[in-house]
Amino acid sequence: MAKITFDGIEVEVPDGTTILNAARQIGGSIVPPAMCYYTPLKGSGGKCRACLVRVAAGSAKDPRPMPKLVASCVTPVQDGMIVENTTSEQVMDVRKGIVEMLLINHPLDCPVCDQAGECDLQNFAYEHGVSTTRYVEERRTFEKIDIGPLIQLHMTRCILCYRCVYTADQLTDKRVHGVLGRGDAAEIGTYIENIIDNDFSGNVIDVCPVGALTDKTFRFKQRVWFTKPVNAHRDCENEKCGGRVVLWYKGKDVLRVTARKDEYGEVKEWICNTCRFDKKETADWTIEGPAHIDRSSVISANHYELPVVNPQVIADLPESSIRDLEQNPPMKLGN
Amino acid sequence: MQLTNRAKVLEKKPMTLAERAYLPAIFQGLSITMRHFFMKKATIRYPEETRPFSPIFRGLHVLKRDEQGRERCTACGLCAVACPAEAITMVAGERKKGEEGLYREEKYAVSYEINMLRCIFCGLCEEACPKAAVYLQPDKMAPPRYERDEFIYGKDRLVEPVSPDARSIRGIQLTPEQAEALRSKLA
Repeated sequence: MAKITFDGIEVEVPDGTTILNAARQIGGSIVPPAMCYYTPLKGSGGKCRACLVRVAAGSAKDPRPMPKLVASCVTPVQDGMIVENTTSEQVMDVRKGIVEMLLINHPLDCPVCDQAGECDLQNFAYEHGVSTTRYVEERRTFEKIDIGPLIQLHMTRCILCYRCVYTADQLTDKRVHGVLGRGDAAEIGTYIENIIDNDFSGNVIDVCPVGALTDKTFRFKQRVWFTKPVNAHRDCENEKCGGRVVLWYKGKDVLRVTARKDEYGEVKEWICNTCRFDKKETADWTIEGPAHIDRSSVISANHYELPVVNPQVIADLPESSIRDLEQNPPMKLGN
Repeated sequence: MQLTNRAKVLEKKPMTLAERAYLPAIFQGLSITMRHFFMKKATIRYPEETRPFSPIFRGLHVLKRDEQGRERCTACGLCAVACPAEAITMVAGERKKGEEGLYREEKYAVSYEINMLRCIFCGLCEEACPKAAVYLQPDKMAPPRYERDEFIYGKDRLVEPVSPDARSIRGIQLTPEQAEALRSKLA
């Protein structure tokens, strides 16, 4: 076990835990953002630099500070380490620069993009960036390639986090897409316009932190904040798929099916393409109840959940609401 | 029972002769009525007459076009989510090849409806719009109508009209009647 101090909060974690995961054990607003690190994917992280933190003391044995900011998602903790994230001005300043770097080639087409509203980069830029851009040069453009009828690739929006590549590598037998080219010319591609077609290929949509890989069946159907997320499950024939998903409703129609994500936007369980693309009827699913959406998300606009503060006074409150109330107690007014 | 000591006992005096005569009071009342006939009226004959608008008046919405006459709106839905009255609905669609002269972005609003009865003309949609597409005009109001469904303004009434000459440049031909109707609408 190693004891570290993160933003003045002491936490004890097993050896080999990364700084980011130690911070996540504390939770709350001190957790560094992560654009490329993805817990379920082995080997991910260390690319986007969004999670840079300052190590003020390396360990109890050698309390010298680390010379440069380190990526918290790939740096393991050491006993006695003192880490600064939100308390360090340098880190917050550098993060602004990281936002600018990531946005250099990212088109500012959020009004068109289907990811808007649940986009990690949008949230990251909103929380840490500056509201103006200094970049006047031409952004890189790519020839559009078609990667099949289910997934839409917008290469211009890609931030090269490699999450989709790891997903394809670790979930499917034969990866047919990857990052081609080097440096400025690097791009996600299937090389010979190969169609990504595998039972679990749809998961690349969920792992993509930006709108580079989106659901073609949901393309321009509706903005995410006009849809209502509902937890549901079904017995999936595919034994690797748990069948536990979120259905995104508009009225009575299921517009989209995604995997369930945790508070850091990481998929809890992978789902297969049958669940994701073919089962878009309410009759296919057992509904569990409304999915919890963070109050800070735009998806929660006009989205009323957990209206009661005192469940005991309502005799026939659905079980799912009681369960949700226990897990996410409603906010109290006035504090 | 007396609740407070502010109550006053009303004395009912017997009426004077002039009061009992009845007619003086009638004429006094009628003279007030007559005087009002010749006073300046507080109301106007809307819709034939209109009051002067303030330069920052927020009236009927318009969906603007850009310099090349393409629709600016990209159906991003920010106006609808900002709308406190939930008056705006839209359906987005993908621009097809050959429609580049009509719509500015890859995505556009196939339908865009504002319910003018729900709208409170607060201007939050204008503020939310990232594409400078929706504006509230300072000199126009939704004209009075008899049916409620006539207040649901679609794209046909919201999108800024293009002059007939500009249309023909972009390859859209109008019949002479249509062109004349459009000219009078624009004038």
